[in-house]
Amino acid sequence: MAIRKIKEFAIEKLILICGLASIFFVVLIFLFLTKEGLSVFKTVTPFSFLFGKSWYPISEPAQLGILPLICGSLLVTLGAAIISIPIGVACAVYIAEIAPGKIKEILKAGIELLAAIPSVVLGFIGMVTLVPWVKTTFNLPTGLTALSGSIILAFMAMPTIVSIAEDALYSVPKSYKEGAFALGATHWQTIYRVLLPAASSGIVAAVMLGIGRVIGETMAVMMITGNAAVIPQSILVPVRTLTATIAAEMGEAVVGSEHYFALFAVGIVLFIISFIINVTADLFLHKRKF
Amino acid sequence: MVKFNIKNLNIWFGQIHALKSVNVEIEANEILSIIGPSNSGKTSFLRMLNRLNDLHPEFKMSGWLEFDNEDIRKINIEDLRKRVGMVFALPLPLPLSIFDNIAYGVKMHGLKRRERVSEIVERSLKQAYLWDEVKDRLDVSAFKLSGGQQQRLCIARTLAVEPEVILFDEPCSGLDPISTAKVEEAMLKLKKDYTIVLVTNNVKQAARVGDRTAFFLSGELVELDKTEKIFTAPADQRTDGYIRGKFG
Ligand SMILES: Nc1ncnc2c1ncn2[C@@H]1O[C@H](COP(=O)(O)OP(=O)(O)O)[C@@H](O)[C@H]1O
Ligand SMILES: [Mg+2]
Repeated sequence: MAIRKIKEFAIEKLILICGLASIFFVVLIFLFLTKEGLSVFKTVTPFSFLFGKSWYPISEPAQLGILPLICGSLLVTLGAAIISIPIGVACAVYIAEIAPGKIKEILKAGIELLAAIPSVVLGFIGMVTLVPWVKTTFNLPTGLTALSGSIILAFMAMPTIVSIAEDALYSVPKSYKEGAFALGATHWQTIYRVLLPAASSGIVAAVMLGIGRVIGETMAVMMITGNAAVIPQSILVPVRTLTATIAAEMGEAVVGSEHYFALFAVGIVLFIISFIINVTADLFLHKRKF
Repeated sequence: MVKFNIKNLNIWFGQIHALKSVNVEIEANEILSIIGPSNSGKTSFLRMLNRLNDLHPEFKMSGWLEFDNEDIRKINIEDLRKRVGMVFALPLPLPLSIFDNIAYGVKMHGLKRRERVSEIVERSLKQAYLWDEVKDRLDVSAFKLSGGQQQRLCIARTLAVEPEVILFDEPCSGLDPISTAKVEEAMLKLKKDYTIVLVTNNVKQAARVGDRTAFFLSGELVELDKTEKIFTAPADQRTDGYIRGKFG
């Protein structure tokens, strides 16, 4: 009896320590990020950092405006969202409601496979297939554009969107569906008047998590968006995202330099954006409408 | 007039033989009560009448099922379900306001004009004996209603699409006696204009509201007769046993 109690106690404390450790590390990372990142504001004001139009970190004096990077990230993300949301949700509806058994299994396996492709591989495939296609189709000087990035990122967001939206559709009580059918609704009416509204909070969460994945993605975007740090005037020009900037420049920034601190500050901005998206997704996921 | 004519009906869900050679004629404007222990096929029988069983991936049937002298499989399924409404065991409001819960089916069938929809909502709520309790708060969520009120809301919702037949599947199983009495009162009034098939696990309820009563056991229709006959002098031993057991 006593031994069991001790065991119980030890296991409980162990789990507690693991939990605390993960929180501790998150806090540590956040503190480090803030400490390094905030140092940049000794030389630039937060306003000119966030809304400055030029990013020339190694010219003399350095110009550290990240507006082009924010615009680049938002544009690529927006494009990816516009492509992946309708396709992803439609795919989830198809899998959850329409597809017959075999096709359903195949599709689900396919989606899982898509999620398993490393982003560098997707970027590579995009580089040799998508980029030339964009170049010739739109008759551009280069195919390394925001659009190319959006398309590839849409592929990355899709598995998240499909699988979470599908779960949301499955968890709608079967009785709702039968209730609608019993009133003489067609299958389609049942889907868009009952199933989709009832699953809406889960679907919004799916979309947010998909977008969260897109905004933090680095490798593929760096490979195919052209990395020009200018404010984009259309989706058919090269852009540079926040993530790609950090990845590309961190290696060459001198530790302790203004540039180095600025990259950490970019990290903070990215962190805040992802945090907001994830919290929103969470709110929708746990929202109980009734 | 015969509303449903069912001959030698057999149905299966995969390996389960859920109804075995069932023969029934359901008359217009009667209340047919169906009693029987659980898993005896009552729900499966009811769900044949609006073809809700078709949703089951492994459903198979054989035999003959006519609605208004027409093969039920030849009738457009949405039309059939509009004409044969159903009220489920658990009240099942949609996450909408009281008004929208009822307007929902009506709008779905193409009615758009607001005044007409309001008229129908009011008429249906009155028919379901709910109007007086909710007329001042039609725009609050249907989940704010009590269980008994929700069930009458579901009846109103079914009535709103103007069916000819209403199927009730143990509509009072979750309700207290007072709410049950109100639902039964509504059913008795509705009989004038509708044909009602009532599955109930409450034998006394069958005795109170049914014109005729059918007793199902293990997928077979054991006996179908006038309610007084079933409850006073059943022809089959098993019916007798079930009713006695239930009356305790
Ligand atoms: N969706 C279903 N899938 C498989 N078997 C079912 C399904 N619905 C009913 N059955 C089977 O059919 C038989 C009759 O069930 P049911 O009609 O629900 O009985 P009752 O309503 O009298 O309790 C039972 O053996 C049950 O297991
Ligand atoms: Mg049942």
